[in-house]
Formats: sequence, C-alpha cells, structure tokens
Amino acid sequence: MSSHSTSITEHNDHDDSHHDDHHHELGFIQKWIFSTDHKIIGLQYGITALSFLAFGFYLMMVMRWSIAYPHQPLPEWMSWVFTDGWKARWLQDGKVTGETYNMFGAMHGTIMVFLGIVPLGFGAFGNYVTPLQIGAPDMAFPRLNMASYWIYLLGGLVMCSSFFFEAGAAKSGWTNYSPLAGFADGQVVNQWLAGQTQWLVGLVLLITSSLLGSVNFITTIINLRVRGMTWMRMPFFVWSMLVTGFLLLLAFPPLEAAGIMQLMDRVAHSSFFMPSGLFTKSEGLADLSGGGSPLLFQHLFWFLGHPEVYVLLLPAFACVSEIIPANTRKPLWGYKSMVYSVLVLGFLSFVVWAHHMYMTGMGAAVSTFFQTTTVLISVPSVVIITSMLISLWGGSIRFTPPMIWACAFIPMFGIGGLTGLPLAFNLADLHLHDTYYVIGHFHYVVAPGILFGFFAGILHWYPKITGRFMSKTLNHLHFWPTLICMNLIFFPMLVQGMAGFHRRWYNGGDAYLSKAADSVNVFGNTVAQHIDLNILMSSGAWLMAFFQIFFIINLFTSWKFGKKVTSDNPWDATTLEWATPTPPGHGNFTKEPITYRGPYEYSRPDCDADFLPQWTEPKRSHTLDTAVVSQEAASSKA
Amino acid sequence: MSPSKFLGIPANFSSHGGQVDHMIDVVHWFMIALFVGWTVFFFYCIIRFWHKNNPKASYDGVRSHLSSHLEIGVIIVEAVLLLGFAFPLWAARVDNWKEVQNLNPNRVRVVGWQFGWTYHYPGSDNKFGRTNPDLISGTNDLGIDYTDPNALDDFTSPILKLPVDQAAVLNIGTKDVIHNYCIVPMRIQQDAIPGRQIPMWFTPIKTLETHVVCAQLCGEGHANMVGSMEVVPKDQYDTWFKSQTESALKTNSPKPPAVAMINP
Repeated sequence: MSSHSTSITEHNDHDDSHHDDHHHELGFIQKWIFSTDHKIIGLQYGITALSFLAFGFYLMMVMRWSIAYPHQPLPEWMSWVFTDGWKARWLQDGKVTGETYNMFGAMHGTIMVFLGIVPLGFGAFGNYVTPLQIGAPDMAFPRLNMASYWIYLLGGLVMCSSFFFEAGAAKSGWTNYSPLAGFADGQVVNQWLAGQTQWLVGLVLLITSSLLGSVNFITTIINLRVRGMTWMRMPFFVWSMLVTGFLLLLAFPPLEAAGIMQLMDRVAHSSFFMPSGLFTKSEGLADLSGGGSPLLFQHLFWFLGHPEVYVLLLPAFACVSEIIPANTRKPLWGYKSMVYSVLVLGFLSFVVWAHHMYMTGMGAAVSTFFQTTTVLISVPSVVIITSMLISLWGGSIRFTPPMIWACAFIPMFGIGGLTGLPLAFNLADLHLHDTYYVIGHFHYVVAPGILFGFFAGILHWYPKITGRFMSKTLNHLHFWPTLICMNLIFFPMLVQGMAGFHRRWYNGGDAYLSKAADSVNVFGNTVAQHIDLNILMSSGAWLMAFFQIFFIINLFTSWKFGKKVTSDNPWDATTLEWATPTPPGHGNFTKEPITYRGPYEYSRPDCDADFLPQWTEPKRSHTLDTAVVSQEAASSKA
Repeated sequence: MSPSKFLGIPANFSSHGGQVDHMIDVVHWFMIALFVGWTVFFFYCIIRFWHKNNPKASYDGVRSHLSSHLEIGVIIVEAVLLLGFAFPLWAARVDNWKEVQNLNPNRVRVVGWQFGWTYHYPGSDNKFGRTNPDLISGTNDLGIDYTDPNALDDFTSPILKLPVDQAAVLNIGTKDVIHNYCIVPMRIQQDAIPGRQIPMWFTPIKTLETHVVCAQLCGEGHANMVGSMEVVPKDQYDTWFKSQTESALKTNSPKPPAVAMINP
C-alpha cells in the first residue's frame, strides 16, 4: 500500500492506451442489447424509463380530461390509441368511467414512481455516472447489473400488459390498500389473468431488480474507488447514490414481502390483510378466513413508501449538485455538511413512514413520535437546498442549458418541500390530508423538482455520452413553456386542496357541486367556487405534453446532428467522468486515473485556469495541494 | 388576509376548527417567509453573479455563518410549532375522552359502504345495540341485532343530523373497504378501517347543511360517495330524534299479539 504514493507519478507517465487490448470487439447484440457495460445499461435504463414516463403522462392526460370535462366524451386526439373493443369496455358513451379512471390513476402512480423516476435516477444516471466518477472500469458485478435491467423491464411489461386483460390493469391506487385491492378483480376466475394480481407480480419483479442494483452500487462505491478517491473526495453525486443504494436495500424488501403476502391473499385465499366480517354489496358476506389487518399493509407499504421519496429525490439532488459547481465556476458550498445531511436524511427517512397514516386513528404517543421525526427530516433537506442556493453566491454563472434547469430546480423544489411542512402536522392534516394540497405538494417535488433535475442531468452528460451537445434553441423551446405549464398545473392544486377538494375523484368534484344558485350547502358552494380550476390545470397538462416534443426531437436528433464537442471535458469540469475519452469505451479510462483532490476545485486562487480537475497531477505551485498529497501519502487507499 | 383564506379555505363551523386554521396560517407564514427569502437571494445571485457581471468566481463564496443561523431559526420555529400547537392540540382530539364524556356528547355510529354512508343512532337509551355482519339484509343494512334490548330504540338515518353547540362523537366504521369520513367545514376526518370502530369528536358551533366527503379511494364509485350532514338548532334536533326513536321502538319491539296467540 505504501508504494502507491510513489507510483502515482510513474503511472501517469504511461500515456499509451494499452487498456484497449483487454477487450475484443463485441457483436451488436452483446454490445447494445445484452450488454454488461454499465454505460450501455445506463442508457437502456434511461430510454426505457423515459418511454414509461411518456406513457404515464399519457394516462394522466386522459385522467385530466375526465376531471375537467366529466360529461363530455374523450376526444379523438386522446382516444385514437384505444381499439374499438377497448372503447366499448372502458368508456361509457365515450366518457371515462370511475373504474377506468381508477385504473389509469393506479397505473399512472405506479409507472411514474417505479418504472419512470426510480429507473431514470438510480438506474440511468446512477449506472452511467457513478463508476466514471469514482474512476472504476465498470460496476462491481456487471452481470448482476444486466440482470437488474432485464428484471426491471420484465416487471414493467408484466404490469403494463395487464391493460389488455378482460378485467384491465390494477385499479386500487398506487398504494394498493387492502381490502379494496383484495376485492378488486375478485370476479376473475383465473387470478393470474387479473391486473390486480399482475400488479403484485410486477412489483415483486421490480423490487428484485432494485435490490440487485442496490447491492451492486454499494459494493462498487465502497470497493472500486480509484486511488486517492477518499470518502470526502467523492463527488456529492456518488454520496447520494450510496445513500440511495442503502435506501433501496433496506426499505424495499418489506414491500416485497407485503406484495407476496397480498398475492397469497389473492391466489391462495390467505387473509394476511383481510379482517373478518366484511360485507360487500356484490358478494354479500365475504368468504374469507379473516383475522388479517388492513393497517399492517399500510405500515409495510409506507415503510417502503417514504424512503422511496428519497430514492426519487436524491438522484435529482445528485445531478443538480454536479451542475451548479461546474456552471458557477466555484466549489459546491458546504460540501461536508451536505454529505452529513444526506446521511442523516437517509437514516431519518426510515422513521417517518406513519405520517402517511395520520388519519388511521393514531393516538397521541405514536403521532408525537412521527410528527417529531417528520419535522426533523426537514432540517437536512433545508441544509442541502440552502447549500445549493448559497453555492450561487460569488460564482461566475454560465447559463448553459443544464444550468437553467438546475436553477429552476431550486425554487420549484423549494415549493414542493415547503408545502410538505403543514402536512407534517397531524392537526393541519385534519383539513389537508388526502386533498389536492397533498397532490400539489408531491408533484411539485417530483415533476418540476426531480424531473427538472433529470433534464439538467441529461443535458449535462449528453456531450460525454454522444460527443455532441443538445440544441440550445430546442432546449429553450422546451424549458420555458414547461416551467410555466408546471406551475399552471400544480399551483391551482394547492388552492383546490386548501378548499377541500380531495384526490381520486374521476369527475373532479362534480358530484359535490351545488348546482342551484341559492344552495346553502357549504361544501357544495366551495366546490362550485373552485371547480373551474380543473379546466385550467388540465389545459396546462395538455399544453405541456406538446412542448415535450421539443425535448424528444432534441434528444434524438442531437445524437447525429448536434454541435460536436471539441474536448473530452466540454464543460471544463473537475470530476473524473470528464477524464474519459468521448464517448467512454468499454472499461472507461484509457489509463487509470488518480485522484489528487476534492471534487469541486474551481477558481482556486493559486491556479490560472478556473478549474483544477481531480485527476490533474499537482504542480509545486499548487500550495493547497501539497498538503493534500502528503495527507494522501499517509492515508492512501487502493 | 391570512394565507389559508387567500388559498380559499371554506368557513369553519366547529369549535376546534379555528385552531386548525390558525396552525395552517402560522405554518404558511413561515413557509412564505422562507420562500420569499430564498427567492430574493436566488434572483439576486443569478443576476449579480452572472458571468458577464462577475467574470471571476470566488473560491470561498459565502464566509459568514448566516446559513447556520437560518438553520437554527428553522429548528426553533419548528419546535414551537410542534410543542406549542401540534402536540397539545392533537392530544385534545384523541387523548381526552374523559373530558369529552363530561360534555355529554351525542353519539352516532357512521358506517361506510360502497358507495354511501349510513348513520346508526343509539335512540333514547343512548346505548347502541349489538351488530353482526351475518344479520345484514335488505331491511337491516347494518346488521343490527334486535334480540339485544339496547337495539330496540336504535334507528338508522341516511343523513347525519346533529344539534348545534353540543359535542358529537362519531364512531367511524365500515362494512367493506377503507373509507374516510371527512367533514371539510368541521375540519375533521377519520379513516374508516374494516374491523374497527374509531371515534372522532367535534362540536359544531353554527348550523349548516353540507356534503361530507369520502376521502379514501374505495372503488369505482368513490367520487360519487357523497355524504350529507345537517347541523340544526337543539329543539329541532330533539323533535326529530324523539320521533325517530318512537317509530323505531314501534317497528323493533317484540310484537305483543304474537305472545297472545301462543297463550289464548
């Protein structure tokens, strides 16, 4: 080990590309389809996840029609995808029914969370960037990585194929609470052909996939860091991925167990989550062994469900915290406190789950615990967002395409995070629980928050992936309308929520509306005052769909026609992924890099250039580095 | 104008609802202060430190400890919100049944089903009769066991009627799946969990007529599961309650003529 510090210089003197000799040419299938290369798998994850996001968006557009115009048939421009048989089965006089809405709603949530955002953040960005940033040639277990992707794809296809079953796809909310989920599709004789069953099968596959991924990430980050990449020299991106890996590893298995238990309730007539004495209109007294607990399912679900929020969020934090230093030309402010905060955040996210269950009849003691932890978790979140914000101060800000998304991320996520505050309190939830305020809150976090972070990430790493930049013009045509539409969609939700509109109404509150002008019905009149916002929000959503076309065009055409990069490090960035050739070949680095310093050494007073990459060998003039080098000699690691 | 009013919160009709609204307002003022502070800082930064205005970035950036003070400020405000509002006021909702008992509350069992609500009143004896799902039938949709003497004066209603200015305890239950009984103008809601009866209590302070929301997805008719509620003056309520009890006693009491036929 002690030889490392001396071998650094020797090693760097080899400027050949002997590395390529280790690999023989792979065929198309092995290279692009059944690849074990983390970069190809990352791209596979990315393309698949974006496709699922588009599908989830389409489901929502149909739902928004039903909310805004419950009495009008679904227009041709949305229903043309449906076959005639499908229209006959799922539309009533061309209108969306409650059942269809529930099906689309459940699948919208599931697809966006499990098939869209998690695979895009962790699967795509995590896979592509993490090994590059720690200087690793690949993931620790490349085949496991490939298995993770294919199981994810299988799980997604299993879930979505259930749309073609007679009984349709799952329709009990993405939360899939028993006993509703237990009863749903109960009329189907072969339960394996019921969407509600296939949802569980798909979920088990998806969780299996993320478990394989998380084990791989954790091992890679712990074991495959290149020489000199000490813990505190890891980019914040890598820290976020490490914490995300632990969340996936520890939080997802309980839902996998719960999924299998609910599956047994369906196919083997067990009663894990079904109590005795249930009486439904269609079936009469339910024929169940009974004795199960519906609340048990909620606990298991939210034990996954809350850490899940951070599984979605941390990769977006990760992208933004790489883009801000590169475009402000200064170090990320408060790197250390951000690292500690993300660790605290990861830990606390395991002990807040029951704040999703405040209205289940929670006593004072339990609610005191969960309110305290929920409020506590806002502290590390505020530290991270404040650090990002303060990082702007004193910078020399370049508004590159990724930077405008990253900048918009901060206030948009700010609204999402802040609107979570009142929901942390049991008392305020007496009014706000399950209203559109909640929908507005978490969509602000996920859509203009997390997704903006991901758009920023795509634009930032695209030149490394393809050797070309994405178009600035198309990006502006995508960014500004999307920013406006996001707020048109989600801000009115906060208003409607405050007025008491609840989620999951397929007719957008039409049933509660007081139609008579002189009605004294208090809630009916409130609904009448705010119901027209539905049209505004829905129009915003359809308009936003249109402007995503510019992104799709940009994503695919820039691959061939975008402006070429002139160097391997087009943003003049400092982290190791920019030390690779463009695009990086199998094995990533042409020579093994060595890390000499922290990840964000921009505009150092002792340097002429405004950036000093992690891999640049220190010169004598870099006084700050001499300390670092001697420190490394003492604690060098392989 | 308070933030909750600005965002369109409907008028409050319950004794504790003012506290809920007040807390929502306090939290929103705090949120607005943070958001405005952040946003001003944000816009100042992106203009002042645009590369054309500031060609050379500073390596150190902010050197003051202002952000630590902000963090501490956030923690203090949150502690006040928890200790001053959230804990004691929630305890008053769920942890003081002895005091609620002293208010001599009206008790109603609220039973959710796909897709409606039925209200079970205990009648003049103020005791609910036993229920049993095996007994549910077309004429007895809650499965009330009329062999229980306490059940004889029990009556059911398709609408929740309560007197003004008197505490009410609603025992929320369900026959089938999870529902949630949510009275928006009363600032109160409670999940209906199968296999359980969970009490919630409040005191209406004004008369009103309102819809009640089912606030938990319960199937294809969820959006149409509209409940009805009326808060009426005390005397009006008493008259209604008395007539309902009497007619229930008439229908449910064991029929004396039958006895007469066995012993002629």
